[in-house]
Amino acid sequence: MDAVKTVDLTKKYKDLTAVNALNLTVRQGELLSLLGVNGAGKTTTIKMLTGLTRPTSGDAFLNGKSILTESGAVKVMIAVSPQETAVAPNLTVRENLELMAGVHGFPKSEAKDRAAALSDCFSLGEIADTRAGKLSGGWQRRLSIAMALISDPQILFLDEPTLGLDVLARSDLWDMIRNLKGKMTVILTTHYMEEAEALSDRVAIMKSGRLLLTGTPEEIRSRAGTDKFDEAFVRIVKEGQP
Amino acid sequence: MKGLAFSKRNDLEVLRDPLNLFFGVGFPIILLLLLTAIQANIPVAMFEIEHLAPGITVFGLSFMTLFSATLIAKDRGSSFLQRLYTTPLTAGDFILGYLLPILPICIAQSVICYGAAVILGLKVTVHMVSSVLFTLPAALLFVSLGLLCGSIFTDKQVGGICGALLTNLTAWLSGVWFDLGLVGGAFQKIADLLPFVHAVEMERAVLRGDYAGVFPHIWWVSGYAAAVTAIAVFAFLRQMERQ
Repeated sequence: MDAVKTVDLTKKYKDLTAVNALNLTVRQGELLSLLGVNGAGKTTTIKMLTGLTRPTSGDAFLNGKSILTESGAVKVMIAVSPQETAVAPNLTVRENLELMAGVHGFPKSEAKDRAAALSDCFSLGEIADTRAGKLSGGWQRRLSIAMALISDPQILFLDEPTLGLDVLARSDLWDMIRNLKGKMTVILTTHYMEEAEALSDRVAIMKSGRLLLTGTPEEIRSRAGTDKFDEAFVRIVKEGQP
Repeated sequence: MKGLAFSKRNDLEVLRDPLNLFFGVGFPIILLLLLTAIQANIPVAMFEIEHLAPGITVFGLSFMTLFSATLIAKDRGSSFLQRLYTTPLTAGDFILGYLLPILPICIAQSVICYGAAVILGLKVTVHMVSSVLFTLPAALLFVSLGLLCGSIFTDKQVGGICGALLTNLTAWLSGVWFDLGLVGGAFQKIADLLPFVHAVEMERAVLRGDYAGVFPHIWWVSGYAAAVTAIAVFAFLRQMERQ
């Protein structure tokens, strides 16, 4: 079974078609990067898949569950790390982790155990009692991803996970994301081509709400006839007919 | 369980903000001290402690609108609320999670206000306990106003609307600082049509043990509280759909 399968997924806002009959599949355990210039429809796609926006038509199935008719079951299996910092600023690192475990329905003791385990895993132990609002951007992003993982999601959505981070923080996060590969299905959006190339099993390129193509980074380069991934992306988007 | 985790978070966010503590607890106590000092030098019936304490208690509750609205507007402005919308929390969990944790804070604030008033000379009676309990309809009104404003406005707008406008409206139209009858006319009519003066009059009646005197004020306050809560729930659900 595919982890994600969209069937003619469409979202219209008055005269604008943000996502147009999208048919995309993501395999279980795969890391797929969703690429596209601004307005391509990446964020709207993620919003529909995570239940934040209702599609105008079409449907999507996450591990076989419809986002339209089984949204409750979908919400249990997914987690999202949004683009902007999405932490509770006056709560400590530990409390943020326990909060996310709590809203997923884990009992207090299990929430504490999970928070402790993830703190170790993400090297958050030393700052466990620091308020999240006082952390640097890199540490907040690290915490944000840890918060997404506390429920052991089957499908993880990472929206621009390294946006605005310095090189070292980005490198650290890349390592963390690599460690997730194979353990869960990851859908990542990014504007950094090198990030998509380094992390992805497959890449999907969108333009004006439509899917232009999907393939491995090698396939994308080969299709565009260049060795450089960013050049390949530009060629495909420029030549691609929406 | 899920809703409880969210409620606890909201409680901590409000209580850990030093500005909230100042305006929620410190400011009403400062007003009590100041007006009692004025009363000691220039006796005014309006500022006698048994008259003043219920008014300041209700006025203090108006800051709860600011706290609640700021929390919700900030959550909406950041991606935090969007993140929570993708979890198994239901719409009911969100609404109760924003409303309920502030109510105990309102009760605690009222206890502190009456406690400070006792130190300043208010006689301890059993009616004081009732007075604290009778703040609940007004507390619900102010907290629901917070849910409403937080669902509609940005955190900056909330600062102006709830921090300046609402607190001033409450102060001017509640009869805490001056006798509305002295102004009379349209001013008094408008004040009588709003819940603030009724909340204060209800508190004053309970504190002096005149339980018949809570009528008709309790109907005004409860009616407004119910109506504002219903509108706030609608506004919150609407913005939730838009997110």
